[in-house]
Amino acid sequence: MTRLAVPKTYKLYLGGTFPRSESGRVYEIRSHDGEFLANAAKASRKDARDAVVAARSALGGWAGATAYNRGQVLYRIAELLEGRRAQFMAEIVQAEGVTPAAASAQVDEAIDRWVWYAGWADKYLQVAGNANPVSGPYFNLSVPDPTGVVAIIAPQTGGSLLGLVSAVAPALVSGNTVVVIANETMPLSAISLGEVLATSDVPGGVVNVLTGSPAEMAPWLASHADVNALDLVGAGDLDWVHLEIDAAETLTRVLQPENGPDAASPSLARILAFTETKTIWHTKGLI
Amino acid sequence: MTASHSVLAQLNTGERAVALIGGDATDANLRRYLHGIPGIDAVGLEQRAAALGTRSIKTSSKKWAIDKIISLIDLTTLEGADTPGKVRSLVGKALTPDPGDPSCPRVAAVCVYGDMVPHAVAALGSAHSAGTDAGVNVAAVATAFPSGRASLAVKLADVRDAVEAGADEIDMVIDRGAFLSGRFAQVYDEIVAVKHSCRRADGSAAHLKVILETGELSTYDNVRRASWLAILAGADFIKTSTGKVPVAATLPVTLSMLEVVRDWHRLTGAKIGVKPAGGIRTSKDATKYLVTVAETVVEEWLTPGLFRFGASSLLNDVLMQRQKVTSGHYSGPDYVTMD
Amino acid sequence: MSFLDYAPAPESQSLLNLRAHYGLFIDGEFVAGRGEPFQSINPATEKQIAMIAHADATDVDAAVAAARRAYDKTWSKLSGSDRGKYLFRIARLVQERARELAVAETLDNGKPIKESRDVDVPLVAAWFFYYAGWADKLDHAGVGPTPSARGVAAQVIPWNFPLLMLAWKIAPALAAGNTVVLKPAETTSLTALLFAEILQQADLPAGVVNIVTGGRDTGKALVGHPGVNLVAFTGSTGAGRAIARSVAGTDKKVVLELGGKAANIVFDDAPIDQAIEGIVNGIFFNQGHVCCAGSRLLVQESIHDDVVDRLKSRLSTLRLGDPMDKNTDIGAINSADQLARIRELTTIGEQEGAERWSPDCVLPETGFWFKPTIFTNVSTSHRIARDEVFGPVLSVLTFRTPGEAVAKANNTPYGLSAGIWTEKGSRMLAVADKLRAGVIWANTFNRFDPASPFGGYKESGYGREGGRHGLAAYLKPAAGRAAARAVTPAEKTPLSRKKAAK
Repeated sequence: MTRLAVPKTYKLYLGGTFPRSESGRVYEIRSHDGEFLANAAKASRKDARDAVVAARSALGGWAGATAYNRGQVLYRIAELLEGRRAQFMAEIVQAEGVTPAAASAQVDEAIDRWVWYAGWADKYLQVAGNANPVSGPYFNLSVPDPTGVVAIIAPQTGGSLLGLVSAVAPALVSGNTVVVIANETMPLSAISLGEVLATSDVPGGVVNVLTGSPAEMAPWLASHADVNALDLVGAGDLDWVHLEIDAAETLTRVLQPENGPDAASPSLARILAFTETKTIWHTKGLI
Repeated sequence: MTASHSVLAQLNTGERAVALIGGDATDANLRRYLHGIPGIDAVGLEQRAAALGTRSIKTSSKKWAIDKIISLIDLTTLEGADTPGKVRSLVGKALTPDPGDPSCPRVAAVCVYGDMVPHAVAALGSAHSAGTDAGVNVAAVATAFPSGRASLAVKLADVRDAVEAGADEIDMVIDRGAFLSGRFAQVYDEIVAVKHSCRRADGSAAHLKVILETGELSTYDNVRRASWLAILAGADFIKTSTGKVPVAATLPVTLSMLEVVRDWHRLTGAKIGVKPAGGIRTSKDATKYLVTVAETVVEEWLTPGLFRFGASSLLNDVLMQRQKVTSGHYSGPDYVTMD
Repeated sequence: MSFLDYAPAPESQSLLNLRAHYGLFIDGEFVAGRGEPFQSINPATEKQIAMIAHADATDVDAAVAAARRAYDKTWSKLSGSDRGKYLFRIARLVQERARELAVAETLDNGKPIKESRDVDVPLVAAWFFYYAGWADKLDHAGVGPTPSARGVAAQVIPWNFPLLMLAWKIAPALAAGNTVVLKPAETTSLTALLFAEILQQADLPAGVVNIVTGGRDTGKALVGHPGVNLVAFTGSTGAGRAIARSVAGTDKKVVLELGGKAANIVFDDAPIDQAIEGIVNGIFFNQGHVCCAGSRLLVQESIHDDVVDRLKSRLSTLRLGDPMDKNTDIGAINSADQLARIRELTTIGEQEGAERWSPDCVLPETGFWFKPTIFTNVSTSHRIARDEVFGPVLSVLTFRTPGEAVAKANNTPYGLSAGIWTEKGSRMLAVADKLRAGVIWANTFNRFDPASPFGGYKESGYGREGGRHGLAAYLKPAAGRAAARAVTPAEKTPLSRKKAAK
């Protein structure tokens, strides 16, 4: 006799905890072939607001950690993901209807992406910063600084795990904290990733995962005065121009949507897109 | 601040120093006090001085400045080869800077080595101010000038000799070695002793100018601390340099000393003079100093009692400028006299 | 007489040969504008300097078309080293005509001649020299190998540093291989037009730089023109917001250098005399018409009274008056509008209970003038502590601990610049780390250099000008990610927009 499985309740990942939506709403997640998989939390604007609060309060600690430490914490995610690859593969196969080999390849790529970005944490600053030879007796240095709270609309097409990782990881490298709206129809691996993050060394609030409707939540994040940057990478099918217009209200930095296989492909530019160059002058006097 | 303005004003020099330092003038107390004074950022100080140097002094202001500069000069000869004849010539120049123009003011003082004081006094005759407001003062360098490397007894004898010979002002040098090695009390005590030796039998005293030799102190922070130290010990004037070391008066260093004098006045109500010396050779340079005094302390400091230029070649450049302003034509070196 | 009443020392205006009317500079020629010409006046006298052409949308069209032609046919075909040589030429010509440019700037803007002579114009030349050398080294600019130019740059600049802002915009744009349509501020067109003459002397190919003078409508037409590939704007946060909105959904690259409300933080161990100079320079330089001005003085409570005393006596030596006089420290406010805004905000400051102080000084009878002003007893909620005044008005606030200083400094939607005054190196660096501002001056203030990136966090804008970073906006990385950009599909999922939009 086969054992009756214990299904998981998929909730949001906010401030290091797994709450249900404050609205109490859920929506059905079905597999590629229409089979019921779970009731995912349908996050509301208030959940989005709470996520921004959580991200803001986690910012000081994460941005203030040493670059070496951030690199190790990001690398630790890769380690944990490796240990739970079977679970992620199964979720991907169910949700996306791909072969186990393809799911495995996606998990591999997601893991490798964490490793690649982890390695940047203590290097991007050297590559992007520089000493400036000003004409005067001054020490003058330009360094990139994290922009702050980054709201991301994860890719809605392509690999549901890889797309999320590709969008979230680069924002974390420099010390930003993230509020991410997961793939609407395939959100389960995003919540499972939240579980990985929760058991890794990533402090609570550094990554906050919302599931539900991007069309519903994105306007609130785009117009939120305490969101410093908006990554619309996965918003290509939305009326995203209005999101960009909303973001202009507080001069929120915007990355426009990307489509196709190269969307959110790994790059230094993606790290630097969520940084601000800070230039420090100090007088130099021997006498 | 350890005491209020009005309280400090009623104390004598030594009591005031004790009140401010918060104890006797020991190395430790002085170090604590001097190192508690806000520091100087060299870049900012030099930029401020440079900015003051860009003031454009024209027409009537220039004319006023030229006469003012002359009246503030300590016309100086400090050479191993000085003779009574050279000093007489210097005095002649001091009294009549421009023989062709009787409206030209006299300089403030002549500055000579101690053994030349009698010759300077004699040459001045009735024009010697000798403690009055009119006339020309005689200033003598003393305390084993310029190095200051002699025993205290020798230094004090040097001072007494000059005062007895009729010097109105004593330009002493501090012991830079002691200052740089942190023996602040020794520097302080020497200045106190020299000040004491400036007294005359009649109860009056020669004015004491304390030369910091700012080039040897090297840093602006040292200059500022040495300025405070000298003033605490009783200096009437603080003076940049002797002209005997490569770096003498500069505008930034003088500015930093003027800031001390301004702050001392705010603190105690007392007025201390400043004398840049060495390296100020042109009317244009000297004008920058006038601007710096007027805009840092107050314009009232531009009086021989509170500001002097220690100079020799400066006078003739100023005189040529004066002739230009008066006549409208450029002058030349043959139209001003040698001293 | 008082020595401090320095006799007048006016800079000679004889080397300035102004025309009575100035046209637009399009395709290498001065042409008449289709809009109604407007007056440029000297804000110190309110007298007319010249009539300036007003570009309408058709003129802007012509300018963009000229820039596009120049880009396609000439400029993009030139080698980097040849582009650099043109920029070197321009730098030299600016140096040769430096005094003339300084006099014109002071006449048109109202800033003291000593600033236009010693700061603005030398920096203009330096900017062109610096970027000239980049033109053939763009592989090292930090955007990857073999980057290309973006195309036609639309550039809109403010009135506070007219010629310098022009240099900040044009030099990197041309070095990177773009062509330019630049719109000067309505009240300060003059030096841009003299600069156009310099471009003629430099024999810069026609259409590489086009200058369209006019009002807000002109700027709007330029920024919104579909033919431009990037928009670089310096000005108010309000205008920057509007630009960000108007280019949303396009692939125009945008650089915005907007307003600020910089904290100038003075710790109790500061080098006090230099700090006083830095405070003065921070807020009274250029009449406070400086986006990065240190308009919020945050002083440690233990030295507040001493700092304010020293500041007041220092302010009493500032000389306000004829901008053309070489001894003037504070010149004229640039326009009647700006003067009205300063008056309005300072009146509100008094009404809110802050204590207002200005030194005794006589204001000239004609022209636009405002006394240097300090507000003490200011609290963080006062409007003079939050709104950008863009005038010679300093708000003094206090703090008790370094942490409080940082928190107060960052408590603003702006994030352009900040100052730190302390003799303690470790504290300086730690505070600099925590300040959310793009330029931080420690034991100095208001320093600018072509090698040093400048630009803000938060509502002070985005992108950097100056240095290697200043090239980024003007360069397109070699292919790669560019292909991934989403094309706008016909069918969009509508946003659920109950109340989200502000």
